[in-house]
Amino acid sequence: MNQTRRNVLKAGGGASLFALLAGTGMMLPDAAFAADWNQKAFEAKNLKDAFDALGAGSRLNSADIVMTAPEIAENGAVVPIGAVSKLPGTESISILVANNPTALAASFDIPAGTEPAVSTRIKLAETSEVHVLVKAQGKYYVTKKEIKVTIGGCGG
Amino acid sequence: MADPMRIRAVAKDGAVIVKILMSHEMETGQRKDGAGKAIPAHFIQQVSATWQGKVVLSATWGTAISKNPFLEFSFKGGQKGEKIQVTWTDNKGDKRTDEATIN
Repeated sequence: MNQTRRNVLKAGGGASLFALLAGTGMMLPDAAFAADWNQKAFEAKNLKDAFDALGAGSRLNSADIVMTAPEIAENGAVVPIGAVSKLPGTESISILVANNPTALAASFDIPAGTEPAVSTRIKLAETSEVHVLVKAQGKYYVTKKEIKVTIGGCGG
Repeated sequence: MADPMRIRAVAKDGAVIVKILMSHEMETGQRKDGAGKAIPAHFIQQVSATWQGKVVLSATWGTAISKNPFLEFSFKGGQKGEKIQVTWTDNKGDKRTDEATIN
């Protein structure tokens, strides 16, 4: 048994050094962009396809995700969205808009030491449910809220 | 080409709150110009913030982020006087990096 372990260590030595260097960003100046742009997810036309492309085909509703957003947005072009995850081990936070031409608006990778909380401003094509998807300890959790977009700019 | 970002980073209670305002059209590719021709999409796809060489936030964005994007987040450990760098890259390959000092 020990012999096998030795061999694995020997064989793996070179590869793990490489992984270590790549992981610390020493080898690639552009390694800061740890997250690749997920083309399939960003081009998904509906929620289900976007969730699937993110690997979140199955997900649980969670009250530990807090979304801060207006009930009514007078201007669909600028809708402030805040997302806070209270789930331990939060790895990423994504914002999806059900009725937009493409559902996925943004994904944020949360490294250790960074608060699992982001705020940004998004566009809503029309009144829509907005979903916040959190990946925590390898599992997916979601919460949603409907935001009404008023048309005509009267602020009704 | 693109205008500089406005970055504010404030140390408070052991964490640094970072607020970023970027200057970008964030064109969705859905709109048409006066002649009925589609305006091609032009938007920021990747954003990354680093502090002391460590990535403190990385994001990927679609076209639904508002024009002149705003982003706020916070991370633990930063001290007054240290620097943070923020870089974005858009779908046409344009790139911009700006730096701010933590207050």
